[in-house]
Amino acid sequence: MNRTRIVAGVLIAAVLGLGPSTASVVFAQASPTSSSPVAPDAKHARTAPIATAAPAPRPAPVVPAATAASATTLDEEASPSGRPLRPLSNDIAERVQACTLCHGPQGRATPQGYFPRLAGKPAGYLFNQLQAFRDGRRHHALMAGLLRNMSDDYLREIAGYFAALDVPYPAPAPSGLGAEQQARAERLVTQGDPSRRVPACTACHGPSMAGRQPAIPGLLGLPRDYLVGQLGAWRNGLRRAHAPDCMADVARALSADDVAVVASWLAARPAGAHPEPPSSAPLPVACGGLAP
Amino acid sequence: MSGPEHASGAAPRDAGSWPAQDPARPMKTFLRGLLGLAIALPVMALLLIAGAWGRELWLSGRPALSGAEDTNPALIARGAYLARVANCAGCHSPRGGAPLAGGLPLGTPFGTLFSSNLTPDPETGLGRWSADDFWRAMHHGRSRDGRLLYPAFPYTSYTAMSREDADAIFAWLRQQPAVRQAAPAHQLGWPYRWQTALAVWRLMYFTPGDAPSQDEPGADRGASRGEGAQAVIARGRYLVQAVGHCAECHAPRNRLGALRDATGLRGGWVGVQGWTAPSLADPRAAGVQDWSEDEVAHWLRAGWSPRGAALGPMADVVAESLQHLSEADARAIAVYLRGLPREATTPAEFKPAPPAQLDLGRQVYAKHCADCHGDQGQGRRIDGQPAYPPLAGNRAVTLDAPQNLLQTLADGGYAPTTAAHPRPYGMPPWRQVLSEEEMAAVATVIRQSWGNQAPAVTAQDVLRLR
Repeated sequence: MNRTRIVAGVLIAAVLGLGPSTASVVFAQASPTSSSPVAPDAKHARTAPIATAAPAPRPAPVVPAATAASATTLDEEASPSGRPLRPLSNDIAERVQACTLCHGPQGRATPQGYFPRLAGKPAGYLFNQLQAFRDGRRHHALMAGLLRNMSDDYLREIAGYFAALDVPYPAPAPSGLGAEQQARAERLVTQGDPSRRVPACTACHGPSMAGRQPAIPGLLGLPRDYLVGQLGAWRNGLRRAHAPDCMADVARALSADDVAVVASWLAARPAGAHPEPPSSAPLPVACGGLAP
Repeated sequence: MSGPEHASGAAPRDAGSWPAQDPARPMKTFLRGLLGLAIALPVMALLLIAGAWGRELWLSGRPALSGAEDTNPALIARGAYLARVANCAGCHSPRGGAPLAGGLPLGTPFGTLFSSNLTPDPETGLGRWSADDFWRAMHHGRSRDGRLLYPAFPYTSYTAMSREDADAIFAWLRQQPAVRQAAPAHQLGWPYRWQTALAVWRLMYFTPGDAPSQDEPGADRGASRGEGAQAVIARGRYLVQAVGHCAECHAPRNRLGALRDATGLRGGWVGVQGWTAPSLADPRAAGVQDWSEDEVAHWLRAGWSPRGAALGPMADVVAESLQHLSEADARAIAVYLRGLPREATTPAEFKPAPPAQLDLGRQVYAKHCADCHGDQGQGRRIDGQPAYPPLAGNRAVTLDAPQNLLQTLADGGYAPTTAAHPRPYGMPPWRQVLSEEEMAAVATVIRQSWGNQAPAVTAQDVLRLR
């Protein structure tokens, strides 16, 4: 058998032209987690470090009651060199420390940069997004990699943790829009454009644009680039939600200019209101994934 | 091949014994040799091709055992379990796609292959297949239409599966919802897309039913024990070598993509994902010879233990497959893996990294790593339970190949959530804030501090990550 293999190998090399050059063809990078040209895939884009300067403070005053009981247990080890290490606690806040590198301590990322704030968003919305990253309805290579092997139960716990955080919003930066653009953005957000079947943002996301429990997200306190990225991804089908995907329809009805002014306008609004309670009132468009 | 001989003969290396020659003669001999080659090579190639296809013809002519299509619930349940252990879904159920409908691209050095549709759809799936057809694919590596299958489908391991188990998997597949979805055509360069090349490859590297478990060098390990113990080892070997196809990642491959000694499990390269699958023979790598049976069995189903977590492609394997192992099967695998012949490699001579790199690495470590992994790489515990693993003495970070450490550092990660380990702690994706130089420096410090003595890492190593 060995001889057959050697003879055959020599012949293959000679006859079929397999040399090192052909055999070392670079690995095809065919990955199902493609990145979007519109939603900047941050895997390679290094953005402003948000949470690296200081260790995250414990969210002591706002920890949900369920985890507060265990949050007080610190590890008892002394560090060999005597330097005080960050206290650790056996709770969900510690388990999502990995998220805070990008999303900020307690998921309170600022409107600068790209990463969206997580704190205070409706739990159902956050859960839908975590699931969408894991299952390929939203594309972000790092998010997909981190969530790849997480159970629904764990995703629900993570979503619930960030949703329950009630931490203040930073003051927004000015929008830089001219008066005309300002007016156009405000009209789109508060009245929509019936001629293009664009509903007002406020019709679903609430008059204060803080979203509605359990699954409609707030629109404020988010970076402009992130908003542009999401609307763009919806327009070209890279971001998807449960069918019927109402946001995809709305985003497709908007022009690129509309997206730009609306995102700038929203990013410049002061945030702070809480999501509205669940309501059975019908929405102007049919949306999936809203059940608790 | 006399050409080079004579060419060098022109030099007066031994003028006394070298006979005087007609100066044109070496050229003539050389040309004659060339002519001989020109005739012999095509003839031999034709013979080889004829031989390869002749063998394929002979193989396909062997009668397949008859297997009745079965809807027996016990058989289907067994098939569901075996499909988990064989991790069909790992390749045939891409994330976000319809279960078992295929289409996952699999990059290889020879081109990109796409997994096929295993659902019972008649046009694009296995709807028209019989149990015999399925057995032929699993055992012989041939499709229903007679096409030779590419060994990206690990029939090189599955060929050692029993007919009963293949039938059970097929019976289960028949019960899954049909999905109409054609797999994209493979994108292979020449000659790999040529079936004849595959026939020759198979002539060299594949024999149906050539179960790697048959000529296992340690096959008599259980001989001194009782029959029950031998049965456990045999079950473990069957699960590891055939159903679980562990060697497809954990054994090295040659240049033509064939496994080199699948039974040895001496470590391989999950090339397309940029990870290494460490050797299971080497206790310095991923060998578990020094773990207890309980520890191994628990780790397989939990994906985590105080000794370390499954990360990267192995986390997928735990999530999709191993966490569903029965207690008895996890134990059988543990027994088999613990009994693999120990082949410790000697570490390369230790060369400390340049002081400047170590200085940078120490700064990064103190700022970003020490809070979780401890300022002496000692790891940290929460409520007395290990939470963040020690890096000192951690064999996952001191593997000769640094890829797994760099992947974890760059992209972060969580151990898989499993019933036994439902709420893992996680590592952030440091590529968001660290440069390639910083990642290389901190990886080097981790590999060269607190008693760790592994080769340094360069920024180029980090850039080469996928």
